[in-house]
Amino acid sequence: MDQPVVEIRAISKHFGEGPTRVDALREVSLSVDPGTVVGLRGPSGSGKSTLLNVIGCILEPNSGTMRLNGELVYDGKWLRRDLRALRLEKIGFIFQAHNLLPFLNAWENVAVARILAGAPLAQARGRALDLLSYFGIERRKDAMPGQLSGGEAQRIAIARALANDPRIILADEPTAALDSERAATVMDLLRRVATERQTAVIVVTHDEKIFDRFDHIFSLRDGRLEAPSRIAA
Amino acid sequence: MNLALKDIRHNLGRFLLTCLGLSLLLGIVLAMVGIYRGLIVESLGLARAAQAQVWVVEGGTRGPFAEASRLPGDTREAIVAQWGVAAAGAVAYQNVEALHRGEIKRLLVVGAEIGRPGEAPAVVAGRPILRSRYEAIADRRAGLALGERIRLARDTFTVVGLTENLVASGGDPVVFITLRDAQKLQFDLTPAAARREAARTGGAAGTLDTVNAVLVRLLPGADAKQFALGIARWKHLAALTHEEQETVLSRSVVERARRQIGLFTGLLLIVSAVIIGLIIFTMTVDKKKSIATLKLIGAPDRRIVGLIVQQALAMGLISFLAGAALIHAAQGYFPRRLVLEAPDAALLFGIVLIVCLMASGLGVRTALKIDPASALAG
Repeated sequence: MDQPVVEIRAISKHFGEGPTRVDALREVSLSVDPGTVVGLRGPSGSGKSTLLNVIGCILEPNSGTMRLNGELVYDGKWLRRDLRALRLEKIGFIFQAHNLLPFLNAWENVAVARILAGAPLAQARGRALDLLSYFGIERRKDAMPGQLSGGEAQRIAIARALANDPRIILADEPTAALDSERAATVMDLLRRVATERQTAVIVVTHDEKIFDRFDHIFSLRDGRLEAPSRIAA
Repeated sequence: MNLALKDIRHNLGRFLLTCLGLSLLLGIVLAMVGIYRGLIVESLGLARAAQAQVWVVEGGTRGPFAEASRLPGDTREAIVAQWGVAAAGAVAYQNVEALHRGEIKRLLVVGAEIGRPGEAPAVVAGRPILRSRYEAIADRRAGLALGERIRLARDTFTVVGLTENLVASGGDPVVFITLRDAQKLQFDLTPAAARREAARTGGAAGTLDTVNAVLVRLLPGADAKQFALGIARWKHLAALTHEEQETVLSRSVVERARRQIGLFTGLLLIVSAVIIGLIIFTMTVDKKKSIATLKLIGAPDRRIVGLIVQQALAMGLISFLAGAALIHAAQGYFPRRLVLEAPDAALLFGIVLIVCLMASGLGVRTALKIDPASALAG
């Protein structure tokens, strides 16, 4: 069995102190293996976004440990100073509203992640075009975000998330703005990425239509993780 | 891939409109500096054109450009007899308004002796004054043509020559006539009661044969300062070296204008800084989500800072160049002479870049405070 790509142990996070203290995560432990697609669900305020921010190294927890792709990155404190570089190397993000940069066209939106990681423009462009081709949207490479449909924009956002070959993809409600058909297409793409690239995909979602697309679904309630449900065979 | 340029291209219309507005402001700043330089050049131009080393003026005064100075007409003869003097010429200055082709022209009339210091310098068209009466050399800015006749007080003068860029500190074009004509002009322009008194006493009241200054050129090796000190011992005379005369002109005559122009220039630069700051801040706020996304993906702070600072600098650069081009093109239409000097433009450009950097501070601060997690918030 491969080593988990995401491994968190007893992670806690609270906001405020005293009477205003809110425990967003209470000793949450979670492992995600490579090649799996995992769903995170729960009511509003249950801690889903906090957990996603912690795994994405955007939010510092208060206690616990976290390993990403085998590297211990948090043990009571961040063990790496360059968390942005860590995100660039290891994590790809997919957003609910695709968050494409409005001033870059499709291929530039994909290439920008590669360029930020230090790749030369020509190489970044080549990689971006490969990814657009992989997702079947290379003909839209010069389109600006405003000219793309919701489904096309989300596919480009997924391509951007893969630009640096990350081992982890964190997706925040990636199908919320899409109809059922396009939502299914996006989930198929994420499944394909997980399988073919051995990437761990963690999806925060409320969308019951796609629950059957996950290998496991974790439920969060009041900052506590409930036992995972195995969905897919 | 330059994100700043990509963003500018995406919002090109708005960016260029902003630059256009800013270029007008910076153009005005440049024009202010140009007018100030022009003012100095113009005010010193007449004094420099005389090529005199010492100005002998009425005792207790600082010369004809700063205040009234009247000397007896024979002062020149006394001065020219002094040791070290190569040449001396008496001059008279009189501001007049002349009606010409139905238009009132304000002129500074300089009366000088033919062949002596103070006479018209380089004549760019026509010839020098050769006749002792009723000939004039006018600056091109007076709008007079060669051979044209103009009435000054009671006499009519024929323009025989033209000079270029020779105006008084107030911007009035200079017209040269002979000293004798100028003395009569001064007499004709004095109040009727004074004229009648002078005529009754046959000039004994001293109003006819007076001059405003005697300009002195010294022999090689003679020290202007020592000569001026020597003249100043004569109780009714004072003397200024050429450098002192320039100081009087630039400090006394131009000082107020310098302060006014300096104040306006400073205010315009502050307004420009505020505008650049607000525009960059607005542009940053507009990009909040993009910046949050970039940060979340992993963009380092220097990339984000670069995005904002480069846009501010591009705005300053484009606005400055457009403003400079605008003022250069409109230079000839200004009512005052505009002297645009490269060092001034370079200094202003440097100030504009510093202003842009400072003004982008608010945008940079805002950008750095953007939480990358906000990219995930819907």
